[in-house]
Amino acid sequence: MFEYAPAPESRDIVDIRPSYGLFINGEWVDSLGDERDKTVNPATEEVLSEFALASDADVDRAVSAARKAYESVWGRLPGRERAKYLFRIARIIQERARELAVLESLDNGKPIRESRDVDLPLVAAHFFYYAGWADKLSYAGLARRTPDGGFAEPRPLGVAAQVIPWNFPLLMLAWKIAPALACGNTVVLKPAETTPLTALAFAEICRQADLPPGVVNIVTGAGATGQALVSHPDVNKVAFTGSTEVGRQIARSVAGTGKKLTLELGGKAANIVFDDAALDQAVEGIVNGIFFNQGHVCCAGSRLLVQESIEEELLAALKRRLATLRLGDPLDKNTDIGAINSAAQLDRIRTLSEAGEQEGAERWSPPCPIPDKGFWFPPTLFTGVAQSHRIAREEIFGPVLSVLTFRTPAEAVEKANNTPYGLSAGVWTEKGSRILWMADKLRAGVVWANTFNRFDPASPFGGYKESGYGREGGRHGLEAYLDV
Amino acid sequence: MLGTRSIKTTAKARAIDLAISMVDLTTLEGADTPGKVRAMCAKAVRPDPADPSVPKVAAVCVYPDLVPQAVEALGRSGVKVASVATAFPSGRSSLGVKVEETRQAVQDGADEIDMVIDRGAFLSGDYRKVYDEIVAIKAACARDAGGEDAHLKVILETGELATYDNVRRASWLAMLAGADFIKTSTGKVSPAATLPVTLVMLEAVRDFREQAGRVVGVKPAGGIRTTKDAIKYLVLVNETAGADWLDPALFRLGASSLLNDLLMQRQKMATGRYAGPDYFTLD
Repeated sequence: MFEYAPAPESRDIVDIRPSYGLFINGEWVDSLGDERDKTVNPATEEVLSEFALASDADVDRAVSAARKAYESVWGRLPGRERAKYLFRIARIIQERARELAVLESLDNGKPIRESRDVDLPLVAAHFFYYAGWADKLSYAGLARRTPDGGFAEPRPLGVAAQVIPWNFPLLMLAWKIAPALACGNTVVLKPAETTPLTALAFAEICRQADLPPGVVNIVTGAGATGQALVSHPDVNKVAFTGSTEVGRQIARSVAGTGKKLTLELGGKAANIVFDDAALDQAVEGIVNGIFFNQGHVCCAGSRLLVQESIEEELLAALKRRLATLRLGDPLDKNTDIGAINSAAQLDRIRTLSEAGEQEGAERWSPPCPIPDKGFWFPPTLFTGVAQSHRIAREEIFGPVLSVLTFRTPAEAVEKANNTPYGLSAGVWTEKGSRILWMADKLRAGVVWANTFNRFDPASPFGGYKESGYGREGGRHGLEAYLDV
Repeated sequence: MLGTRSIKTTAKARAIDLAISMVDLTTLEGADTPGKVRAMCAKAVRPDPADPSVPKVAAVCVYPDLVPQAVEALGRSGVKVASVATAFPSGRSSLGVKVEETRQAVQDGADEIDMVIDRGAFLSGDYRKVYDEIVAIKAACARDAGGEDAHLKVILETGELATYDNVRRASWLAMLAGADFIKTSTGKVSPAATLPVTLVMLEAVRDFREQAGRVVGVKPAGGIRTTKDAIKYLVLVNETAGADWLDPALFRLGASSLLNDLLMQRQKMATGRYAGPDYFTLD
């Protein structure tokens, strides 16, 4: 047998401070409150660093700094000047890509192969992409309606309050900050409490790029900080990516305030495999759809809808493939499946998996040694799942795939759409006309055909129904940050 | 994805030795002479004269008229003699000539026959002709009176088949017709072996074993020049067809310059230093 020796990426390249303050007005400042929290490496449970839980007063300071920067500098800067800063940030990210990838894997638990080959290239690409838009906003087809009935150039909104999740910490930061700055807004961003480190490293990058003070402010904290930020009266725009539950609270607190709001929430995507699909290719797509990033992906293909006539064959191939996945040290370059981000998330995955068994679905995992320390969950398949089971309806946000079957294309559409969510879907077939027919019928923001989890800054992303509203990425992503 | 596996230290050392033992050391030039073939055979048996712990390669691969020289030079070393046949590399000749050429090579002592399929027939949809030809060549690989039949490798020339669908279909055709090995390329057409094409062929042999119960080998050939490339192929074998195929009886690398790179990397693993190209023999 061909055993792969450990091939760990060195962590010497990162320099984590024992303790972090807040990044406000271009400076590191201590919190005015005294609450602090620790962030751990989910693969070892080792404490990486300590950070502040920003208080209401801290949030107020950050919003004031952003307001001042908007009024005095950034909102007045010509687009081509803003673009220079964004291009500079993009280049610094590329130069520091290895360091940021290691830091992301340490704090989040995702395999280095993903942070190095997926997250970081996309982060840089996002900044490059929106840097290109900064001086071309008049050509984006998003004119502002003037009171006299005419059209005028779109204007920035002002201060954007942005709250991001822990699954793609730096990538979600890029999705939020790049379009906001390109459109002339200033930003107060709160990273997730389990993964603050790359956002704090990004604060350093803003200084390195000589970004004017106050244009980007980073306040760390948990739910209370996020609540204070989105409900602050002086923010003009709220952007949130995270759970549907928190999204609802935010929508409530923003209602009636005149703040512009975009929400990118949960998902329970159907990955639909027809009997004429290229089987091995579909298997790779299914694996990428649900086991990429340990299933911590809002658009994960967590429901496999397979045509009943090929169920047996497909499941055999899928199980064979799952047995070759390598779970373990996220910094090992050969790791496919890393650690679950937190104990709380692991609990949720376990609870839902147990519910799946109790409701009568059959559970399967390949033989897979689990490290003693840290938070881990083996890749898991549930077969014999019905639409009514919790594991078919609720977002698990873990490496757990529910397998359902269908008989006809119409039934596939019906089952795929029969969910409160609508973020993404996948279709596997060799027949082009069927792909177009399905894409037309599926109520999902993204429909991938013969691929899955493919991202590009030029392509808009967002959901139907409880998956949220507004679009991020592409020309559409500009609209969320402009007065149009 | 599999191209990104990082193979280090002990795993790399083992992979290098495994790769050496899978090499079909090849010379297929119009300028080949008995002298050139004898020199290459010496190299095949003892790739690094300074280090007897280096395994010998799997086989040498030559044109049919040079089979007697190769057989003589290799003697009882255990290194096999493979001969290309069937109007290699184009395959543009009559079936009678192809069969006779094969029979002659087998009679001269070739252990393995690397035949080419009729791509013209394949691309015009005449799969029957392709199939029948493989069956006929397979029959010509028989040795009379108790000798072991020559193993048949079927070269698909994937660079000319162009699509993965064609590669998969040709692989299946060759296996149904009795191929012992399916091989990517002649080395005379670009692109020669690639990782994606080899992946398709590995999936085909894996599925063929499941459905037909017969195990068929795979040989990527042409364009594999570095140790890094060779290791990528081994990873592909390991994670697609499975560890059963990590055996010179079921996986070969058709190459010539690759061997010296493997030797250089092997020495680097052992000593920590690179020696210059003059420290490895050119045969």
